[in-house]
Amino acid sequence: MSEILTKSRARNVFYGGSLFFVVVFVAMTVHSHRYIVETSTAGMPLTDEVRLGKHVWERASCINCHTLHGEGAYFAPEVGNVMTRWGVLDDPESAFEILNGWMQAQPSGIEGRRQMPFFDLTEEETRALAEFLRWADQTDTQNWPPNDAG
Amino acid sequence: MKYQSQKVAYAYFLVAMALFAIQVLGGLLAGWIYISPNTLSELLPFNIIRMLHTNALIVWLLLGFFGAAYYLVPEESERELFSTKLAYIQLAILVVGTLGAVVSYLVGIHGGREFLEQPLWVKFGILVAAVIFLVNISLTVLAGRKTAITNILLMGLWLLCLLWVFAFINPDNLSLDKMYWWFVVHLWVEATWELVMAAILGYLMLKMTGVDREVVEKWLYVIVATALFSGILGTGHHFFWIGTPGYWQWIGSIFSVFEVIPFFAMMSFAFVMVWKGRKNHPNKAALLWSLGASTVAFFGAGVWGFLHTLHGVNFYTHGTQITAAHGHLAFYGAYVAMNLAMFTYAMPQLRGRAPYNQVLNMASFWLMTGGMCFMTFVLTFAGTIQTHMQRIVGDYYMEVQDQLGLFYMMRFGAGVAVVLGALLFIYSQLVVRRELIAPGPVTTPGE
Ligand code: HEM
Ligand code: HEM
Ligand SMILES: [Fe+2]
Repeated sequence: MSEILTKSRARNVFYGGSLFFVVVFVAMTVHSHRYIVETSTAGMPLTDEVRLGKHVWERASCINCHTLHGEGAYFAPEVGNVMTRWGVLDDPESAFEILNGWMQAQPSGIEGRRQMPFFDLTEEETRALAEFLRWADQTDTQNWPPNDAG
Repeated sequence: MKYQSQKVAYAYFLVAMALFAIQVLGGLLAGWIYISPNTLSELLPFNIIRMLHTNALIVWLLLGFFGAAYYLVPEESERELFSTKLAYIQLAILVVGTLGAVVSYLVGIHGGREFLEQPLWVKFGILVAAVIFLVNISLTVLAGRKTAITNILLMGLWLLCLLWVFAFINPDNLSLDKMYWWFVVHLWVEATWELVMAAILGYLMLKMTGVDREVVEKWLYVIVATALFSGILGTGHHFFWIGTPGYWQWIGSIFSVFEVIPFFAMMSFAFVMVWKGRKNHPNKAALLWSLGASTVAFFGAGVWGFLHTLHGVNFYTHGTQITAAHGHLAFYGAYVAMNLAMFTYAMPQLRGRAPYNQVLNMASFWLMTGGMCFMTFVLTFAGTIQTHMQRIVGDYYMEVQDQLGLFYMMRFGAGVAVVLGALLFIYSQLVVRRELIAPGPVTTPGE
């Protein structure tokens, strides 16, 4: 074995092989990028309101309690399908109202229950957040999650 | 310590250990909130504490890598560092950035991509520090002897710094955002950091076992080849359900199964080297950490990674406590313990003392490792129940969580052990000055 696999051969296989896999990976990334833009997230237009919603989501660091499409923290429920769970996926006005009601009711203060903080959002921001969550919920996620519980 | 400039590693290791303490205390507090949810809920909510916990982890691991590079490159290259001044400037930038991030988080200024929440100016600071580091270390290596260890170490560090660019790329399209986010997160821990880990492990084995350099270096190339061949396309195991094409389900499943191989190889490498080596190195604690790290990395990354990496399984376990269980043991074994192995090896020399048994250090190994394993087990049980009740039966998230209290209490207990272990480790490095237990008879003399 030691004659066939010399150190310099092992090194060359490492460099050559890695380069090969990088090239394949980049090609697949380019394809996936197109697929996301043109197919999987094309269900609802990416409006300025959705963009603002994403910034609100980030500014509040919601991801460090919740999961979104299964990624994030595991302290609070999945929100990638929350609009489906609430039954307002296709109804922007109800989506805003129910989300706004929820946000205003926090923190619940109930003893022994996990607390969500109060976020001081304007109506515009809350509307945008609702649109962002509706947008995310329309993404084709290969049928994940398995059920509405998220 | 053969070269004066290796001393800069000392400052890096000190800052790293301080952040390590903050990290585990933050984790303990987060674990406490799971069992007593009203704690600090208005002053310092869970999301902020979690950011402190995860960010402190990443920064101290990177500081450990930088310090390790500054320690081992002069010896490998057989020359002093290009500039110790640059190394201290780099550290200063990182310290200011870290403190800045902590203060920002506490007053509620942060981004919202997990692990990459640092304010923009801190991200730029990290970029500048990375460039300084790469210049400093590359000039040192280029001017001196080139070895496989420095080759691999440098390649890992260069690539991980380059990937940092994706920390600045945040598309408005959530699915694109997620896809590029993994370029930092996955391609760090399952590709570039593995190169750094292999290089450090190779260096430690070379120093402590006395096995031939040729043998060590050939092993290293094989290990890092299997790491990149599997890990690059293995990124696909995060592209199952985020809006990416369906073919990733097969690509991701197949290649990420192969990701087990480099971790198995590193574990085998460490044991074979120790078994073959004739040297009887006095620093038993460093040897324990090296073997322990590669073993726990195999279980945490390899076994616990495999557990949920096939798309048919991941469909149900994605984003549950199973993920948290795996994240903890993998990070602990591969990167925390490997860093602590390097600290344990280098500290006696940096502080100008003969290597000694370090019994307290070894005790801290068992306490910390035992704690992390127990934490992983209880989170795995919690995650299994969660997966069944929530993903199969369809019970609502919060109702399921209410059933898991017992596991979260045990997780907190495990966390206490880890914190005590971490503090004991730091104490053993900084305070203990002499042998607590006389060394046993040496059968084969050390060199
Ligand atoms: C005192 C011991 C520790 C406790 C009690 C603890 C607790 C926690 C908690 C409660 C979370 C948040 C989980 C959630 O989102 O719901 C977390 C996340 C995390 N912790 Fe720890 N932790 C501890 C030590 C560590 C150590 C030593 C490491 C590194 C090896 C670590 C790495 C992480 C990582 C990577 C995450 C993010 C996990 C993910 O996103 O999957 N923790 N920890
Ligand atoms: C030392 C190496 C590794 C580290 C530090 C690590 C760490 C992590 C962390 C922190 C996460 C959670 C990320 C998040 O917040 O969403 C994660 C997820 C994951 N890891 Fe690893 N990992 C390692 C190696 C592996 C390996 C070798 C495999 C496969 C064999 C693997 C399979 C997975 C999978 C499938 C997920 C996604 C879990 C989900 O769907 O929720 N990991 N890893
Ligand atoms: Fe991964």
